[in-house]
Amino acid sequence: MNVLVCVKRVPMTGGKIVLTADEQAIATQHLGFTISPHEECGVEEVVRIVEQHGGESVVLTLGPPEAEEQLRDAMALGMDRAIHLVIGDDEDWDAQATATAILDAIEAEHAAGVDFDLIFFGNESADSGGYQVGIRVAHALERPIATGLKGVAVEAGRVRCEQEVPGGRDVFDLPLPAVVTVKEGLNFPRYPSVPGRMRAQKKPVTSSSPTAAPARLEKVRLVSPPGDRKEAEILGHGPDAAPKVVELLQRIGVA
Amino acid sequence: MVEREPGGVDELSLQALALARTLAQGASIEALAVTPPSDTVSQGVAATLGEHGVSTLHVAEHAVFGSYAPTAVAQAAVELAERLQPAAIVGAGTERGNEVLAHIAARLDLPLAANCIAAASGDPARVTRLRWGGSLLEEADVHGAPTLLTVAPHLVTAERAPAGEAAVEHFAPTLSEADQLVRVTDRAEDDTAGGVSLADAKVVVSSGRGAGSPEGFGIIEELADLLGGAVGCSRAVTMAGWRPHTDQVGQTGTKIAPDIYIACGISGATQHMAGCKGAKTILAVNTDPQAPILASADYAVIGDLHEVVPAISAELRKARQT
Repeated sequence: MNVLVCVKRVPMTGGKIVLTADEQAIATQHLGFTISPHEECGVEEVVRIVEQHGGESVVLTLGPPEAEEQLRDAMALGMDRAIHLVIGDDEDWDAQATATAILDAIEAEHAAGVDFDLIFFGNESADSGGYQVGIRVAHALERPIATGLKGVAVEAGRVRCEQEVPGGRDVFDLPLPAVVTVKEGLNFPRYPSVPGRMRAQKKPVTSSSPTAAPARLEKVRLVSPPGDRKEAEILGHGPDAAPKVVELLQRIGVA
Repeated sequence: MVEREPGGVDELSLQALALARTLAQGASIEALAVTPPSDTVSQGVAATLGEHGVSTLHVAEHAVFGSYAPTAVAQAAVELAERLQPAAIVGAGTERGNEVLAHIAARLDLPLAANCIAAASGDPARVTRLRWGGSLLEEADVHGAPTLLTVAPHLVTAERAPAGEAAVEHFAPTLSEADQLVRVTDRAEDDTAGGVSLADAKVVVSSGRGAGSPEGFGIIEELADLLGGAVGCSRAVTMAGWRPHTDQVGQTGTKIAPDIYIACGISGATQHMAGCKGAKTILAVNTDPQAPILASADYAVIGDLHEVVPAISAELRKARQT
């Protein structure tokens, strides 16, 4: 079976988010980048599915030229090939424009004779957190979708999907072809091997430059949340602080 | 879009109603709930919704609503919206709320602003929404009508706006087979149940890589046990394989809301802090007085967790003996 996973390149934010002077983006000159966490588990799951069932695994991203790094990372973990929808460095596509570009890429694959039985997305991206690109793609393809999954099992033309809810897991059972969105905790992603990294450099990346439709969810500016910084009251240093801590716990009513 | 819970209306839906009211500016607010025909929406629900400013509760009845069916709920909302022509459709920023609103957005080919904390009507509407799990805010314009948005949990206060009991109107939505295809068909109970769940714990004691090893969590577990609390950890710890992902506090882990969060050897990365913003009090134990977590913590002990945490446990035992 053929499986597609869509990933997003996001900065590793560390301890404090600093904005650019124009308030349009995060200052990233000192930051590394990664695949958005939910999607790392998506990549791992797709590699496992294709290892087990055969077929082809394809990773897609819509992102700046540098996002090829994340495509190579995914291929180092075992993805067979990549599709790169290249956009400008400063561009921040909204969910509708992103879904449209992904649909066009899926259509181009179809025209070239490749149809995906299963398409993976992250439940929401780490940065913009829109919760919707996968759902828009599924709707346009007229395919069933289950979201926020922590369990995905392919069997006999169907996919069993498990969603974590308080006290247990809700199960959806979808016929293929289908779309799923997954969450971190779905699996424990493997670490790329050196030979895996070497092979990834030679795997094919198909690039194209889609044109953005005007944003309908249009970012005006980014702001830091108010009341972000406060001064912690120092209860003491080392083990000698223990009585003060117990006093605090008693005051709160949990001791 | 109202989500119900046993005995009433989910608190997050009432918070969503508060934001809907600022958007409505006095115009009427109507609500949608779904139910299987065998069930009834209690009178208490209409009363509660009325107290929060709802004039009419529309109840969509269909057999498929016996279990959660996101596309069916979305289609019922689309059908109702065609009839009512609302200026906005608002849901709670729960997993299900975000999912259903995204389906509505896909069906109406409209933008969706997820996890808003403020909204003003207009053309375009202006919203403030969460990015990075709340570590950052975005002001955005939403083009097209109706305005579709969800309301971020616990950041908008539910407020009463006495309007009497909401009128109740029932309807049977027309749902295709495709609308009903995706629904919960089975439930797997949690086999690890028994301990205190991280999401509901009154006390959470956690550690990061500072614990040094999986065994290093022994002293964390001991303190959590003494306080009847749950153990949490940072993403670095689950990535290292020291603890299961179910213990992870953070943007991509569990969002906690304890009375006190005791974070030991946790630096305070934005990914982590997005998961513990709901804590009423944060106590940080850290060797580094410059650690980012001290900017979010209420109290701190400067010191090595391997010395401080056992000392707190010992002091607690001592206090209980006297």
